[in-house]
Amino acid sequence: MDLMAAKMIGAGLATIALIGAGVGIGIIFGNYLAGALRNPGAAQGQFTNLLVGFALCEFTGLLGVVMAFIILFT
Amino acid sequence: MASPLEQFEVTRIGPPIHLFGYDISFTNSALWMCIVAGSAAVLLTLGASSRRLVPTRLQSLTEMSYVFVADMIRSASGTDGLKFFPFIFTLFFFVLFANVYGMFPLGLFPLIRPFTVTSHIVVTFALAIFVFVMVIVVGIAKHGIKFFGLFAPNVPVWMLIFLVPIEVISFCSRPISLSVRLFANMMAGHTMLNVFGGFVIGLAAAGGAVKFLSFAPVVAIIGVSALEFLIAFLQAYVFAILTCIYLNDALHPHH
Repeated sequence: MDLMAAKMIGAGLATIALIGAGVGIGIIFGNYLAGALRNPGAAQGQFTNLLVGFALCEFTGLLGVVMAFIILFT
Repeated sequence: MASPLEQFEVTRIGPPIHLFGYDISFTNSALWMCIVAGSAAVLLTLGASSRRLVPTRLQSLTEMSYVFVADMIRSASGTDGLKFFPFIFTLFFFVLFANVYGMFPLGLFPLIRPFTVTSHIVVTFALAIFVFVMVIVVGIAKHGIKFFGLFAPNVPVWMLIFLVPIEVISFCSRPISLSVRLFANMMAGHTMLNVFGGFVIGLAAAGGAVKFLSFAPVVAIIGVSALEFLIAFLQAYVFAILTCIYLNDALHPHH
C-alpha cells in the first residue's frame, strides 16, 4: 500500500472522533430540553452553561477533524 | 476544479517587506483584519455617538450589545470583572465580525477575494495566548502567590499528588482548546460549504437527467449557510464567555 492511500484511510479513520462529539452534543441538548420541560423557570439561567458545555464537547470532535486535515495535507 | 482549501490561502498585497529576517509584508489576511476591526469600530462609534432618548436603530443595536456583553461578564466573573469590559467587548466584536465577514458571498464581485480571518490558527492562537497570559498576570498581581492555590483544590493531601498535575495540564491546555475550537469550526464550515458547492457544479456538468439533481445540494447549502451564521455568532460568544470564566479564576481563585 503506498503512502497516499494510507494517508486517505488514516484521515477517514480520524473523523471517527466526530461520533463521540455527536453523541455528546445530543446528550447535552437532550438533557437540557428534558430539564427545561420539567422546570421552565430555571431554563433561562442555565443557557450559558448549555452553550459552554456544547463548546467543550464539540472541541473533542474538532480535534479529530484537525487531525484528519493534518494527515491529509502534510 | 480548485481545492476546497484554496480559499484559506494567504497572499501578499503590495511590496515585500523584510525586517530582521522575517517576512512582514502586508497580506490579504492583514487587510481583512483591518477591515474587520475598522468597520466594527466605526459602526459601534456611530451607534454610540447619537445620544437620543428614543434610540435610532443603530443606537439601540449598540446599547443592546453593550448590555449583552456586560450581563455576560457579570454572570460569569462577577461585578469586579466589569473592569475588563473594554477588553472582552473588543474581543467579542473582533471575533464576531471576522466570522460574519467570512460568511458574506463577496467572491461574487470581481476583484474581491473573501477571506475568513479566524480560519487561521495563528490568528486565533494569538488571541488565546493573550487571554492566557493576561489571566496569569492579573491573578498574580491581585493575589500574589495565593493565585497558585487554583491548582490545589480542597481535598485530602494524598489526592493532591494526582490532582495538581491534572489541574496544571488542564490550565495549560486552555489556550490550545480556545484557539483550536474557533479555528477548526471556521475552517471546517467553510470547507464544507465549498465541497457542497463543488457538488452543484459536478452534477450540473453531468449530462442527461442527472443535471436536474443539482438543485439538491443548493438546498443543502442554504441550510448549511444558516447553520454557519449561527456558529459564527456562537463561537464568538463561546470565546468571550470562556475568557470571562478564565478571568473569574484569576479574580476569585478559591473554588
